[in-house]
Amino acid sequence: MGIFQMTANSFALTTILVHALFPLTIILVYALVAIWGERKIAGFIQDRLGPMRVGGWHGWAQSIADLLKLIQKEDIIPTDASRFLFKFAPFMMFAASYAAFAVIPFSSGYMGSSINIGVFYLLAVTSLLTLSIIMAAWASNNKWSLLGGMRSAAQMVSYEVPTIATVLTVIVVSGSLNLMTVTELQSGNDVLGFLPNWFIFQNPFLIVAFIIFFISILAEAHRVPFDLPESESELVAGYQTEYSGMRWAMFMLAEYADMLLLSLLGATLFFGGWNSPFGDFMAGPVWGFFWFMLKGLLLVFVMMWIRWTLPRYRVDQLMHICWSILIPLSFINLILVALWELIF
Amino acid sequence: MELTTILFYLFSAVTLGAAAVMVFSRNIVHSAFALMFSLIGVAALYVLLHADFMAATQLLVYVGGILVLILFGVMLTNQGHNTGFRAGSVNLLPATLLSVTAAAVLIYAFVTADWAITDAEGLTETVHPLGMMLMGDYLLPFISAGVLLLIAIIGAILISTKLSDRSENSSEI
Repeated sequence: MGIFQMTANSFALTTILVHALFPLTIILVYALVAIWGERKIAGFIQDRLGPMRVGGWHGWAQSIADLLKLIQKEDIIPTDASRFLFKFAPFMMFAASYAAFAVIPFSSGYMGSSINIGVFYLLAVTSLLTLSIIMAAWASNNKWSLLGGMRSAAQMVSYEVPTIATVLTVIVVSGSLNLMTVTELQSGNDVLGFLPNWFIFQNPFLIVAFIIFFISILAEAHRVPFDLPESESELVAGYQTEYSGMRWAMFMLAEYADMLLLSLLGATLFFGGWNSPFGDFMAGPVWGFFWFMLKGLLLVFVMMWIRWTLPRYRVDQLMHICWSILIPLSFINLILVALWELIF
Repeated sequence: MELTTILFYLFSAVTLGAAAVMVFSRNIVHSAFALMFSLIGVAALYVLLHADFMAATQLLVYVGGILVLILFGVMLTNQGHNTGFRAGSVNLLPATLLSVTAAAVLIYAFVTADWAITDAEGLTETVHPLGMMLMGDYLLPFISAGVLLLIAIIGAILISTKLSDRSENSSEI
């Protein structure tokens, strides 16, 4: 009995480890590519080349070189900082965005955990991001950090409302919180005879929902034009000001993981997740993974494109956009989608 | 030991340990962050009880909402700004007596009560029955709670707008 129990436990532990390592690999590879990609995209948009030297072809090894440099840096903790919280905050921030990957259906054959509350769990776990930013900001004992942290808390708490309202819109249409079921409902090519059955094509109000959702996730991921928590011209670097070396790199990783997570969520909810755009052509578990990552990375690319195109909003404009425009619009839109579902 | 048993003791230890730090810490922001660990521990215990929806709600409402507001409040009141801020304790003797009595009553009730124990049924769908119950048998309490929250929001708006009228300099924004 005892030995049987041990093997059952170690089997459970191995399964958990395998499920935990798969998204981690994706995030790490993605982060290396995305950071290099962001610098190249920035370069091309500003009519210059970006990093060109490390690794040969278009400086592809730049992020790896940066990572090696960051590992060698001294781990500096300010004397007056609150040591435990200062050290803990970067890891909690990464854990918060990483834990949410458990319910993302990467392909028709793989999903970390098929719990029934899927997307609700995702929204609940990512709300820890706000706390970890406040933690980092306060523990640094630096006024720029604290100002950045307060801004980010206000911003994330506010923009959570339109995000949840638009996610709820899709849930009303799909009738399930499980993202795998949501994706399966979008299989096939029946809209207007040729378009895929993705939710964005199924219902005109869901296009409005997607626009609100995308603006909100830009704000949740602190991307330009809503990057006030770390606006370098006013706040040095916001809550990251006192961080250096690997702890700072953890913040960077968490930020890019959060971008990918929200983009993948958008791809699942509105663009059919792992479904191929050509119906049964190029479908299957491996192609599904390809399509899903492609859709997610396209949304990430749009975020980068916006970052190097638009200027930053002021704090009061940011709050005005959220509370006076996005929240009323998203609620009206929710009612309209519900009516559409009742009628058609 | 089974994995769930080990996890239960682990999360119980986190919950209780963080709660102790919360009560005994003299720094009010440290207390708030200890409360966060305690609430996350409780959410994990809900998961072990197969109440996944409750666990996610606990995270979303208490950790993501209320705790952020507590920290916001503390930091806006000029006391949480510096890490050196210290809070004091008052009424030590009555508080100790009261909490020891409460603990004794609770432990006595826990030890002597005739608990109805049933076997766990395994993880079934919780969201759908919960929604049916909230919109069916328990509609009146549900709606009343919603109305109560609405009244609270309106009250908060009323109080804050009156305050800014008195300060006379915030006609904009």
